[in-house]
Amino acid sequence: MIESIESALSFLPDGLVTLIIVIGKILALVLPLMGAVAYLTLAERKVIGYMQVRIGPNRVGPRGLLQPIADAVKLMFKETIFPANANRFLFISAPVLTLAPSLAAWAVVPMNDSLVISNIDASLLYILAMTSLGVYGVIIAGWASNSKYAFLGALRSAAQIVSYEIAMGFALVGVLVAAGSLNLGEIVDAQRGSLGILNWYLIPLLPLFLVYFISGVAETNRAPFDVAEGESEIVAGFHVEYSSMTFSVFFLAEYANMILIALLTSIMFLGGWLSPLNGILPSSLLAGEGFVAGLLGDGIHWLLIKTSFFLFLFLWFRATFPRYRYDQIMRLGWKVFIPITIVWLLVAAALVVGKVGPWFN
Amino acid sequence: MGFEAITFYIFSAILVGSAILVVSLRNPVFCALALVLAFFTSAGIWILLEAEFLALTLILVYVGAVMVLFLFVVMMLDINLAVLREGFARYLPFGLAVAIILVAQLALIVGPEQFGLEAMPAPPSHPEGYSNTKEIGAVLYTVYLYPFEIAAVILVVAIVAAIALTLRRRKKKQTMGPEDQVKVRRNDRVRLVKMAAANKDE
Repeated sequence: MIESIESALSFLPDGLVTLIIVIGKILALVLPLMGAVAYLTLAERKVIGYMQVRIGPNRVGPRGLLQPIADAVKLMFKETIFPANANRFLFISAPVLTLAPSLAAWAVVPMNDSLVISNIDASLLYILAMTSLGVYGVIIAGWASNSKYAFLGALRSAAQIVSYEIAMGFALVGVLVAAGSLNLGEIVDAQRGSLGILNWYLIPLLPLFLVYFISGVAETNRAPFDVAEGESEIVAGFHVEYSSMTFSVFFLAEYANMILIALLTSIMFLGGWLSPLNGILPSSLLAGEGFVAGLLGDGIHWLLIKTSFFLFLFLWFRATFPRYRYDQIMRLGWKVFIPITIVWLLVAAALVVGKVGPWFN
Repeated sequence: MGFEAITFYIFSAILVGSAILVVSLRNPVFCALALVLAFFTSAGIWILLEAEFLALTLILVYVGAVMVLFLFVVMMLDINLAVLREGFARYLPFGLAVAIILVAQLALIVGPEQFGLEAMPAPPSHPEGYSNTKEIGAVLYTVYLYPFEIAAVILVVAIVAAIALTLRRRKKKQTMGPEDQVKVRRNDRVRLVKMAAANKDE
């Protein structure tokens, strides 16, 4: 498809064509992502509503389906309020610094064999580097607001994110050892095998999978690790002074990060776009052309289904667990997760060296 | 001038500019943020040199962790900016002298004789599929194994020393260990007593 666009634009200079194609790819990713973010907020309110025996939003549009659009319009037309002694430059740049890295990380995320904006060699490392930048938005927002609640939220968040990043990084090192590659596409390919589900890294790396996903929940400041927001203690934490679009940009970034974590978990541990029916159904049904093969075989829809499952877990956690106490969060990160990941790193290395099947032979 | 050269000059200009801001801005929070920008741009320049592993590690370690802790500390300091402004003219000559000596020394060491284009030509660009992460890993764990391990041990010693110096044990500790909390059973805390109903008037 890209070649046909390239040939249609061939009258333009080369550099310009590349630029147009790159921007087109970015739009093709960001627009659906923003739509997903908008409807994830609705899903969150609906799911938690049903879990608490309520109905959730049901006034705007059929069954409340237009609620995110109404929210967006409302937030856009509200006034942006600047606190009197806030540092205006940093106050504005904080939401930008939150959203930019969370979108930048998406540049290397593959959707299937060929659908990726930038297929770089060290994509796992790049994602880890980009997600580690998100904390700056939170810290700067807390400091620039010139408010005690916001500052407390920022300090809590900084300590929390730095602690959980270590466990998260070690979990990723385990995946890297198992797959022998830093490229996300190659990590998915390494999980391909005749046994289907049994070939996924979920089984040999189960502790790392749990550590990664829980650290991911902590990294995105979601319940039960939402001490940075802590509505019942410090009002809304780092974004207590933000209103209208500046506030909604924080929200966009948080939900984009949630989707990213869910997607990465399914890519690294659940075989990404590989079909779970491999090894169950005869391979003649899964391969080849046609609607049935497309539906049952590998494809982007499996990745989206797996991602949706993890997103549902995010919402489920929020409706289920009470907030962690601060010292318990630190204990969990440093004294439980990091030792687990280090031990399992050795186990993973031993599995790879010993060529233990069916994953590493 | 090709795309690479333009990128290099833009990144270098931002790098030098932000490095100057680190030492010249008054507010320490802004200085720390300028340092973040400097790290980030130098990572960009390293990527131009095809050293993507080092560049991403620089962002991950320095920008993502070290500078966050820096900011953490700097933001909590209660600094009177007026006092900071006073000394600038007084310390300027001394600072300038140190800076000039530093630049002269650096120029002697990394001057054109040792690091000029003749002595250090641009490395040949690598073929597709070349992974410098793999190369670094292979060298680090074979040729440089001892220096690497010794550096790791030194860092661990430093961490232990820092914790040992700052750890204070309170005599009357009121917090409970989580393992004790988990072990608690209902019978340890609650005792249900069966009593005969008593008369109110007695």
